[in-house]
Amino acid sequence: MLKDITLGQYFPGNTPAHKLDPRTKILLVVLYITALFTAKSFLAYGLMALVLAVCVRVSKVGLKALVKGLKPVLFIIVFTGILNLFFTPGEGVLWAWGPLHITTSGLRNAAFMVLRIMLLIMGTFLMTYTTSPISLTDGLERLLSGLKRFHVPVHELTMIMSIALRFIPTLIEETDKIMSAQKARGADFESGNLMEKAKALVPILVPLFISAFRRADELATAMECRCYHGGEGRTKLHVLKYERRDYTALTLGVLILAGVIAMRAVGL
Amino acid sequence: MPILEIKNLIHTYGAGTPFRRSAVENVSFAVEPGEFLGVIGHTGSGKSTLIQHMNGLLKPTSGQILLEGKDIWAEPKNIRTVRFQVGLVFQYPEYQLFEETVYKDISFGPRNQGKTGEELDHAVREAARLVGLRDEHLDKSPFELSGGQKRRVALAGVLAMEPKVLVLDEPTAGLDPAGRENLMANIREYHRHKRATIILVSHSMDEIAQNVDRILVLKSAHILMSGTPAEVFARGPELLAAGLDVPQITRVAMALRDRGLPIDPAVYTVEALERQLLALKGGGRSC
Repeated sequence: MLKDITLGQYFPGNTPAHKLDPRTKILLVVLYITALFTAKSFLAYGLMALVLAVCVRVSKVGLKALVKGLKPVLFIIVFTGILNLFFTPGEGVLWAWGPLHITTSGLRNAAFMVLRIMLLIMGTFLMTYTTSPISLTDGLERLLSGLKRFHVPVHELTMIMSIALRFIPTLIEETDKIMSAQKARGADFESGNLMEKAKALVPILVPLFISAFRRADELATAMECRCYHGGEGRTKLHVLKYERRDYTALTLGVLILAGVIAMRAVGL
Repeated sequence: MPILEIKNLIHTYGAGTPFRRSAVENVSFAVEPGEFLGVIGHTGSGKSTLIQHMNGLLKPTSGQILLEGKDIWAEPKNIRTVRFQVGLVFQYPEYQLFEETVYKDISFGPRNQGKTGEELDHAVREAARLVGLRDEHLDKSPFELSGGQKRRVALAGVLAMEPKVLVLDEPTAGLDPAGRENLMANIREYHRHKRATIILVSHSMDEIAQNVDRILVLKSAHILMSGTPAEVFARGPELLAAGLDVPQITRVAMALRDRGLPIDPAVYTVEALERQLLALKGGGRSC
């Protein structure tokens, strides 16, 4: 049951989408998000959806996996949709009941919001599906390396991020084990009211935290034993290098963003 | 009537996906009341999956688990009562401790059983006594104790439920020799004292040889052999071929036999080998 968590899951592959430099992919996602928030018409959203569809197609990540990623945020999507639908003030009231009213602009807003969130999530998920956590943090570190001049501990931050990602499956496995052990002692996680259910979590959370701290300690020792001393002077096994396909992809990304901005300017 | 009976148990992980893998394949056996059963097998032979079926933590893909003749899954809602009767001690159980004091932690199981007051107190103190914890330990935080002591607290946490069947998954892994012997003595004590049925999973053949009445050998999800320690260890070469070990003294006996001494290969205690060697010597032969 716990194994169903898809957060940041990586589907290995050998498609152009997988081969792109992680920095390119991060930049493309930033461009994509900017374009999404610039888009103001159905035509522009259609263009964004098309772009996403092409990327999904190229990456060979199944649409199913992508839609599955939407599940955890389904509530937010529905909630935003309803809120926009009923509470947008404006002309052209179509239906009203007390404080609730549906206007044409409300309808538009709701549709845009829902589309925007869905495209946003699917786009970012596409990046995590096609980029391994290691190369993702690697790319992030290189992208942000300029901030080192302002004393931002970029290397440390990305190291924290990659360690966190690395330990998600480990901790899930650990949680499963602890749950089984407590169930063997008659723990009951299913019945009872909310308060009782929350209380039933204590026998899982305490051992889980303790083991997380223990693991952190051991990891720190192991890293020190291998002479880890932070990012200063550290070289990479895989040096990131922009290839031709990265320039092509980035150019395309910028062109699409420019297109969306132009569409907004001319009111399309 | 056997206290625990496994009938044609099959457990498949990831059914319906390309990662389909059978962890237990058509396994059947019965455990008699008061028996001390040893389970051995290579890593990945299905031991852990098998024992998690015994108290209903895993549900069989097909097959039955009968506790005193009754299918434990007949009423899935009552599966917790099965867990009180079949106590399962996991590997490295000290990682499940969570309470502020040792006393409270041991009482978690019996409290879930619904015990209160006098009865609860009695169960906790009895379990603590069985594993050799003194009264002054009971008010300490379990996290102040040494590794071996923590392990015993975790064992007491299961014993306090007074299970009829006690299943232990490598209870002595990672302990020092004195700690191992102590813990095994605690388990033997529970076995004798409560006439409980014990199922012991272990990688240490010496531990198995010294304690159990019967051995079940698992290999790639099947039962490879089953019998008394003498019967099983007599088939030493087969065990070695299956990637398992035999007790050290059986190795000595096997080596002596290879050199031409007429020694019964089924010895698994020092005393038995000694008797045989003395008998040989007494028979006027040089060795």
